[in-house]
Parts: sequence; structure tokens; C-alpha cells
Amino acid sequence: MKPTDIANPDYFHKVVDCQWACPAHTPVPEYIRLIAQGRYDDAYLINWKSNVFPGILGRTCDRPCEPACRRSRVEEGSPEHRKSHAKPEPVAICRLKRAAADFKGDVKPRMPRPAAQKNGKRIALVGGGPASLTVARDLAPLGYHCEVFERDAKAGGMMRTQIPKFRLPDSVIDEEVGYVLDLGVEFRAGVEIASLREVLGQGFDAVFVGSGAPRGRDLDIPGRNEAAKNIHIGIDWLSSVSFGHVDRIGKRVVVLGGGNTAMDCCRSARRLGGEEVHVVVRSGFEEMKASPWEKEDAMHEGIPIHNYLVPKAFLHEGGKLTGIAFDKVAARYDAKGRRELVPTGEPEVRFACDDVLVAVGQENAFPWIERDLGIEFDKWGMPVVDRVTMASTRPGVFFGGDAAFGPKNIIWAVAHGHDAAISIDKHCRGEDLRQRPPPTFLLVSQKMGIHEWSYDNAIIPDRRHRVPLKDTVIALKSIKVEVELGFDAKLAWSEAQRCLNCDVQTVFADKLCIECDACVDICPMDCITFTGDGDEAELRNRLRAPALNVAQDLYVSGALKTTRVMVKDEDVCLHCGLCAERCPTGAWDMKKSYIEMTHAGGRPRAQPTPRAAAAAAAD
Amino acid sequence: MTYLAKPKLHHPSLPRNALGYTRRDYEGPVSTLCAGCGHDSISAAIIQVFFELAIPPHRVAKLSGIGCSSKTPTYFLGQSHGFNTVHGRMPSVLTGANLANRDLVYLGISGDGDSASIGLGQFAHLMRRGVNMTYIVENNGVYGLTKGQFSATADRGSKSKAGYSNEDEPIDLVMLALTLGATFIARGFSGDKAQLVPLIKAAVQHKGAAIIDVVSPCVAFNNHPGSTKSYDYVRAHNETVNFLDYMPERPAIVDEGAPGSVTTVTLHDGGAIRVRRVAADYDPRRKVAVMSYLEAAREAGEVATGLLFLDESVADLHDAQNTVERPLNALADADLVPGSAALARLNAALR
Repeated sequence: MKPTDIANPDYFHKVVDCQWACPAHTPVPEYIRLIAQGRYDDAYLINWKSNVFPGILGRTCDRPCEPACRRSRVEEGSPEHRKSHAKPEPVAICRLKRAAADFKGDVKPRMPRPAAQKNGKRIALVGGGPASLTVARDLAPLGYHCEVFERDAKAGGMMRTQIPKFRLPDSVIDEEVGYVLDLGVEFRAGVEIASLREVLGQGFDAVFVGSGAPRGRDLDIPGRNEAAKNIHIGIDWLSSVSFGHVDRIGKRVVVLGGGNTAMDCCRSARRLGGEEVHVVVRSGFEEMKASPWEKEDAMHEGIPIHNYLVPKAFLHEGGKLTGIAFDKVAARYDAKGRRELVPTGEPEVRFACDDVLVAVGQENAFPWIERDLGIEFDKWGMPVVDRVTMASTRPGVFFGGDAAFGPKNIIWAVAHGHDAAISIDKHCRGEDLRQRPPPTFLLVSQKMGIHEWSYDNAIIPDRRHRVPLKDTVIALKSIKVEVELGFDAKLAWSEAQRCLNCDVQTVFADKLCIECDACVDICPMDCITFTGDGDEAELRNRLRAPALNVAQDLYVSGALKTTRVMVKDEDVCLHCGLCAERCPTGAWDMKKSYIEMTHAGGRPRAQPTPRAAAAAAAD
Repeated sequence: MTYLAKPKLHHPSLPRNALGYTRRDYEGPVSTLCAGCGHDSISAAIIQVFFELAIPPHRVAKLSGIGCSSKTPTYFLGQSHGFNTVHGRMPSVLTGANLANRDLVYLGISGDGDSASIGLGQFAHLMRRGVNMTYIVENNGVYGLTKGQFSATADRGSKSKAGYSNEDEPIDLVMLALTLGATFIARGFSGDKAQLVPLIKAAVQHKGAAIIDVVSPCVAFNNHPGSTKSYDYVRAHNETVNFLDYMPERPAIVDEGAPGSVTTVTLHDGGAIRVRRVAADYDPRRKVAVMSYLEAAREAGEVATGLLFLDESVADLHDAQNTVERPLNALADADLVPGSAALARLNAALR
């Protein structure tokens, strides 16, 4: 194999699984260490810079980082888990983020100021949700005049209208949306854009469309019209609840759909008078789109989830809904592994109910974008958007968030916002949109002394800590009482200790190696092998432990004195540093990689020059 | 040394042996030797051997003397019996233990100082008595604990780290063991586990005195140019005579490579070793030929490694002394007290 190019920022970035999986690439281990040190302000600001809404995301993020977390992989097969048969769990990254937000002090003085001088460029942002606000956050300090058009009275978009208050209190949204608007962003409340042509006619230098996926999918089955009074579209109902237009629901409620919106619907219904709330899904329980923890939270509140039931008809009497009839189905897989839901032929299942909430998906809708503006749409009615630059086919018009590629989540909206902001800045400067700024990539040794490392490398066997919850009886009494109490400082510290510090990288200098085997012998996870070179597929099978997780790279050195090479499987490395600790020549070193995405107008920070002696040793 | 404990976590695919143990179950606490010490590699090889042979750790007794090498039994087989003797006295304590309980697997760990200087007399008698044990000399040619003086195995003309040249003739423990009647003699290199692990495996299964002289570089005091026991020197001058494959049961005869290049030797326990010859016509069963080969290699400055000598025909100490079959701690009163009739018979015989 070719020796690994560790100068490429992507190599070590990929080793930091959580950061690599995060759409905004937040430097997770860095802020977790800061939380452990009680430096909550610093932890918050790292987050704020990267994902703009740490307090909001710390409660609601879809957390792609957690399934990627190495912690669950390394615990697989550990003596403790063999005994308990419990599933290994990742570090509670998301809830640690909230801890940083909860415990921070006044961070306002450390945030950018409104630009002292405007640069004369005007940017229109359609929709006041996370995508638009991120664009504004990145561009306003650079001197751009950002105008955010929002149909509601307050900014926040779906974060405010669709996420129930018992998960995300208004105060948190107000604070973090406020940080953005305070940067000198012009917020145009209560303005619903009816024509993009009109916006384009107002002489903006660029337009960003962050209008979300505002239309809930309906369910057109018999009885829909007759019983319409008691059938509600999930996201519309949630926003009515959010604005206080709706404060009651029937005693018996059925929620149709298996996504996170369905989970928000059923839990909200439980708080508004729903005593018997059922969730019914077409697919199997495992295949539901809702995140496992959201299903868990719903079931914790006494809401059963029924699966493999396809809605057949709304039952009604005298214009009033009385129930729903379902066909029972079973999953069958064809030769290509595609799933098909086949009726089992069993008698139909009926649920009696007073109200139905339909949460079977969301759609984008762009009736306000004229089709002759040079913005191309595909056959599904979605705009054609470049995945890197977020540009539409009309120069100067950009998309992001759910408006770009359909419903995703907040953290993706933020990532789109950063990318669009870079593009808008380049567009306004007349630069090539495709030239993207490289990230900041710093690699610094963590060795402090003979046995001293600047990070806590003792591996803690602790299991994941649960976030304390409000007592269910109290929680279910109000739509506004926040259910999750968040980690206290002590729990946050304990959970932070579970982090393996995957950003502290094992860096190997082949010229210094004397092939004494000390690192091979000490490595608790059998990650390191010295062996003859070969091609990757073959090499993966003849390491000390087979490297079967091909999503994880092999770190391969140049040829050593004996013509062998060092091969390290990154998959289950604990980053404990024992290889470096037992290396007599310093061929192994633990170096912290700090990778930070470069946002609009920014420049990557330069690697600090090592001292002359250290540089000579590395040669 | 290292302050950090080795985490208990292990690779998800870590194999288990017939007893249900993983290799990690045969480890001891983390080593306090210098980072990169060859001795740690030998410890890792021993762990590998006992794991692969699926020997219950509590059936092993590991004995050692004094020195860097003699510290190492702490770092492997944490669940086995251990004894740190007075300097150079491991052979007599081990002989005694072996006489008392012949059922344990005996592992003697020593160094060049412990065996070739202060313990040379003890070493000689253990070999000539044919005590059933595996004697591993972790040989680095230097007194590491006292900062790098030449030991008795340092080659004439080799340089110390301080720049002095050694003017004394070295003691070659392999040659000595040959003349003293050891029945399994091998030399290995700590930097080559692929060779060392099968050697130790075969030695453990051999019935009689087995000695492996393992060249084990001292990273702190004897790994510099001019040393003949450095990683670089041994790699450059390693004259491997053969490779071993140890097989727990007698295998079907497989022909490998050129005719005559593979010899299968059956051990007392029914297991077998397959010796793949590297040096032409090297036969570890012909003592005189072995001696002249080794002498020639020494003159050429080469380090001959592999299984150097093997004799499966000699009785061990217990057979020679016609001792009781069972360990002493398993003998009951009935075995030990013959009774007054027997005493009367004995007294009558002496009248």
C-alpha cells in the first residue's frame, strides 16, 4: 500500500468519527475535554462557532455523531459487556453540548460585533430558520447587510414552530436566535414572500432560500373528508399548539406515522388531554424513521407503538370521527433485498379514537418561485442545487436547509448555511464558487514529560449516564414543562470522561523506529502490526486482529529497516497512548489534531512552527 | 516504565483458547522495564505460548533470580505461581520445587548475569541433572540495572555504550549446555516472535532440561553501534538454522519444499515438532556436528538461531532417581507411614 499521507487533513479528521459524521464538523472531543475541565464558556464558543445553536442542538439534534462514536465499538466484546449482555453505547455527545450551554456564563462579550462598516452588499434570506440564520451569522460580521424575511412574528423557523416546548423552551431559542440577530441583521417579521421575482427585483446582491419543507403530507383514504374536523396534519397541528391556537385534543388519539414529527405529536397530545394515545406505523418498529431515543421517550410516557398496520379508512358517524381501520401486513423481501409490505389476510384492526394526527411525511413547496427565473427544478418539484456550493442554476440564488434537498434536520441546515455563506461571499467578490477554503488543521504533540500527557488517557469503564428527567406525572401536566433536566456538572464530568479523545492521534515516524515490538506488545486492542507490505484487501486479513471494518482506514508507514511496514487499524484504537509511552525512540507520538471548518471570509489558521530541536528529531 | 494501567478493553474479535481464556488472561501487570526492552517482547511471546497451548495458568510455576530479566515473570502469567530467588539461585529452588511437585509446568527465567556469572554453578547442575523445565535466558550482554557494564556473555571486542572494548572471552551458554547434557537447546531473538514462539512452545512440551538463549537487546545500554547484541547487529548477523512448527498432535506427514528439508520429531507427550531446515544439512540430533557448526558460526561473527540441539532419548531427573509418581502434596498417610510391621521387618534386616 502507499504510505498514508497524514498531511492531508481528511486522514486524521476521519479518525475523529464524531466530527467526521457531523455535517458541520464540530470539533467534538475538544469541547468535551473543555467541559471536563469546567471551561463551559470555551466549550460553548467552539460549538457556537461551528454549529450556531449549541443550546438548541444540545436538546434536539439528530446526533449523527453518536452512532459514529468509537466508544460503542471498543466496548463490543469487553469483559463487562459479556457479563451484562448490554449493548455498548456511545458517549452522550449531544447532551454534553447542552451542559456547555446550561453552565456557561456571559459569552456575549466574546462573540463577534456587528460590522463597524457595511460593505454595501445586500443579501435577502427567505425564511427565518436555522439555515438562513447561519448564513446571516457568517455574513453579517463581514459587513454584509442581511435581510431575513419570516412569515411569523419571531425568528427560529421550525425550531420554534414544530419542536414542542417541553423539549425546547422558548427561552433557549430566544437567546441563540438573539445572538445572530444582534449582529446587525435586519429581521422582517410577518412578511410572507409570495414571489421570488419581486425579491430579485429589489436589487439584492444574492438571495438565499431557507424556507424549509413547510407542507405536511396528507393521507387520502376513505372518510378523510367526512371526518375532516378531527383529522389534523401533524406539523400544522404542532405549530398551532406552539402558538397557543390549540390547547385541547380528544381523550383518545391515534398518531399515524413513525418519524420524529409523529413522536412530537403523540407526546404533545399526551399533554393536551390525550389519555389514550397510540402511534400506528406501516413499517416494522425497527425501521421507523424516528430516532431510537425519541421512540424511547414516547414509550416512557405511556404511548404504545403499533407496527405493520396500513391505514385503510377513517371511520365516522354523523360527521364525527369514531376510529380508523387498518390492514395487517407483513414485511417480505424480494430477491434484490427490497422490502414489500404484503397483506396477511387477517381481519382488519380498528382503533377507536376522537382525533387523528397525520404525520406521514413532509414536502417542499415552492409555489412562490416563478418557473421562468432560470432556476431549474427536477421532476419531483425540487430545485436543482449544487451539493457543495448550495448554488441554484441561477447565479446569485442559493438554497439551504430543508428547502434544498428535502426534510433533514437542524444540523444539516446549519452545515448548508455555512456552505452557502462561503458561496455568497465569493459570488459577491466575483470569485470562483468551486474554490472552497481548506480547513484549519493543526497537529501538536501532547507529550509534557516522560510519562506526562496533556490529556486524560486512562480509559474509564463507565456506562453511558442517563439524563435525569422530570417526573412523568408533572411533565405530562403541561405542554411547556421541559422534560429533560440535563446533566448536572458532576454527571457531565463523568460522561465527558467516557470520551476516548480520538482527536489525540497516534502519529508514527518510520525513520525513528527500531522495530522492537514494544508498541505491538502493549497495544490493548491489537491495532498495530509490523508485516510485509501488500495490497489493502489482503493486508486487512493478516493483521494481529483482522481489520474487517472497511469504513475505517489503515495507517501504513513507509518501509522500515527490515523492509516491513507498520500497519495500524484505526477502527478500535483507544487513543490511550500506550504505544507512544512504550516507544523507546519516540517513533510514536500522541499529537492532537485540531480540525476546524473555515467559514465565509475566514482563513485557516497556520500550523505553529515546531521548535528547532523537535523539528530535527522528527527528520 | 509506565504509570498507566493497560486498559481491560480488548479487540472485539480476540480469540479464546480451549479453556475459554483470551490471550489477555495470560498477561500480568504492565511492565516497569525501560520502554523498548527486548525482555518485554519475550514476555509477550511467553504469554502467546501459554495461551496457544491452553495451559491453565495455575498449573505453571515461574521462577527467577535477580536482574532485569528476573523481574519479568511479574509481567506475564499473572495467575501462576511465582518465586523470586536469591541472585543466581533459581536452578536449585526450581529443582527442589520440581522434585516436590512434578505435575507443574516449570519455567525458569534468568539473565546473562544471573546465569553466566553469579549463578553459573547452579546453571551447570540443573542442566546435567536433566530437570524437566524450560530455562529462558534473556541475554543482553550487559548489566542494565547497574548502568551498562559488560556481562559474562558480552563478545570479545564488542563496545560498551561508554566506548570501552570488552577484552574477556564470552561464555556461550548454548555451547555450555551442550557439554553439560541439556536435551533441548535453542537460541532465539526477542525481535523475531515468529521464530521465538514455536521454540518456547516446543521447549515447554519437551521432557527434560530445555534451554533457550534469547538475545534480547538492552535499549538503554547495549543498542549502539559496536554492540553485538543490538537490534541492528542481530538482524544483520542472524544465521537461522531452521524454523519450527509445533503441533499438539502427531500430524500426517506433509512434504514441504525440497525433499529432506522437513524432519518431524515426536515428543514424549505425543505432540510433534516439524523442523524446516534452512541451513543445508543441519541436523539438531547430531551433537558433534552441531558443535562444529556453532563454533564456525561464532568465528564468523554470526548468531546462529533456531532449534540447535534436541535429544528425546534421555531420562529426566525423576526417571533417573526413580521418584514417586505423584506430587508429594498428594501423598496420604497410608503412602507415607509404612506401619510397625514394616519397621519390625527393617529392624530385623539390620540385626
